[in-house]
Amino acid sequence: MAKKEYSFYPGCSSQKAASGSNYQTSVETMCDVLDIKLNTIPDWNCCAASIGYAEGGELPRLALSARNMALSEQASPDQDIVATCAACWLATRETKERLNNDAELMKETNEALAAGGLEVKANQNVRHMVEVLIEDFGFDEIGKHVKNPLDGIKIAGYVGCQTNRPFGIDGESFENPKYLDKLVETMGAEPVENYDKKVSCCGGALAFSEPEKSQALIKDIIEAAYDGGADMIVTPCPVCQLNVEAYQNDINAKYKTKFNMPVVYYSTLMSVAYGKDRKASGLDGQIITPKQLEDIAK
Amino acid sequence: MSTDAINYYRNNFLKEVEANVEEGAWVKMCMQCGVCAGSCPLGNAWEHTPQKIFMMIRAGKRDEVLESDAMWMCTSCYNCIARCPRELPITHIMHGLANYAHRLGIAPKNQPTRKFATMFWNNLVKKGRVNELKLGVALYFMNGFVNGIKVAIKAMPLGLSMIKTKRMSPMEMLGGHGIKDTGGLHSILKKAREIEDAKMKKFD
Repeated sequence: MAKKEYSFYPGCSSQKAASGSNYQTSVETMCDVLDIKLNTIPDWNCCAASIGYAEGGELPRLALSARNMALSEQASPDQDIVATCAACWLATRETKERLNNDAELMKETNEALAAGGLEVKANQNVRHMVEVLIEDFGFDEIGKHVKNPLDGIKIAGYVGCQTNRPFGIDGESFENPKYLDKLVETMGAEPVENYDKKVSCCGGALAFSEPEKSQALIKDIIEAAYDGGADMIVTPCPVCQLNVEAYQNDINAKYKTKFNMPVVYYSTLMSVAYGKDRKASGLDGQIITPKQLEDIAK
Repeated sequence: MSTDAINYYRNNFLKEVEANVEEGAWVKMCMQCGVCAGSCPLGNAWEHTPQKIFMMIRAGKRDEVLESDAMWMCTSCYNCIARCPRELPITHIMHGLANYAHRLGIAPKNQPTRKFATMFWNNLVKKGRVNELKLGVALYFMNGFVNGIKVAIKAMPLGLSMIKTKRMSPMEMLGGHGIKDTGGLHSILKKAREIEDAKMKKFD
């Protein structure tokens, strides 16, 4: 199959020694197998995620994403923009749609960008990596590369919020999207049926500012995975991954639970199933070790 | 109905929200079904649910809305947007109200999400990308030095796991990640802020 190329927006958490650096590692491994070339947007900046609004306001916030789009249009004009982070994807796609539908906003945004010597057309599609996998490859194609099926592992597909709402994946419902379960199945593992916290919120950025309220949400997400018999949770979102994996000790202390539930990225599952080693699959980035994956990856 | 009567119901605060708050023009579309309130993951933490806030805006309850910490409970999960039968961009309106109250300087002073959001923005603007370590440390010390030490000690095991798994590096304290054209980015953001400020309408 011919090499597919995309204009890649990696986002802050993907950087070296950042919280989602293991996501980036496994994405690179997965893309290598699928012959995907990611052309990183030169000098990309932060999108302000879903918390920058309070200080940033509307136009400065949209201008951040518009700058990335402008740089992408210069560097890779014929390619779709692809993001791996849910917040990066949401912010960029929202900006594109708003610019496309509001001539005044487009004018103001370009007035702001001109101050930095840039211009945006907002004419590139803005997609999430899972859309690329599903739409440009399809489950059959991504299944062909499986060398070590993840037999006997039961996995709760935690889609979370921002990969699912407000845009979501074409053809999927907001309340019960199925693609992550299908992906788990394609890799040879068993998805948890009716995982009832599949699209529930982990608190997002409020895990930092309102830890108690957020940890109550996270507790339910992990508990529901245990209830469904899960060995681990899989997610497409770096904030979900961090929030659900990192606070289990705090939650155990507060709620007298004994949680020790690994939380992995879909790209880690795929890399392991594709026969890649521990490091290339990003398993060395797990705080809670998914032992069954380690055994397969060696 | 006479124009006077219509104007009476279109009170100043509704007009103010329509003019100055992101997506504020949608507020009048709410039909008070309450699906947003029932769909919010932190619904029970809101002093006033989004449904109630929409009605309060239309009832002219300016101080009660803008001084409330309700909107600051938004986790940006977008459940309310996905479910709203009138398709109001509720998440954005809540963000917009929080931002407006913050700009006016009347949002609750020690609201933790308000403080965190400000630190986040300042952190990302400085070098164009978020420095997670500096943000984390600033967060620990958000409520003063002594409390910060306590919080930092409590978070130590997690910090060490993050360093061990190479998902955090103490080196980020010195410099850290950033973009090349910070000058250009700052000019863009300054201009965007100027345009936005110039559009802000006065309401008394």
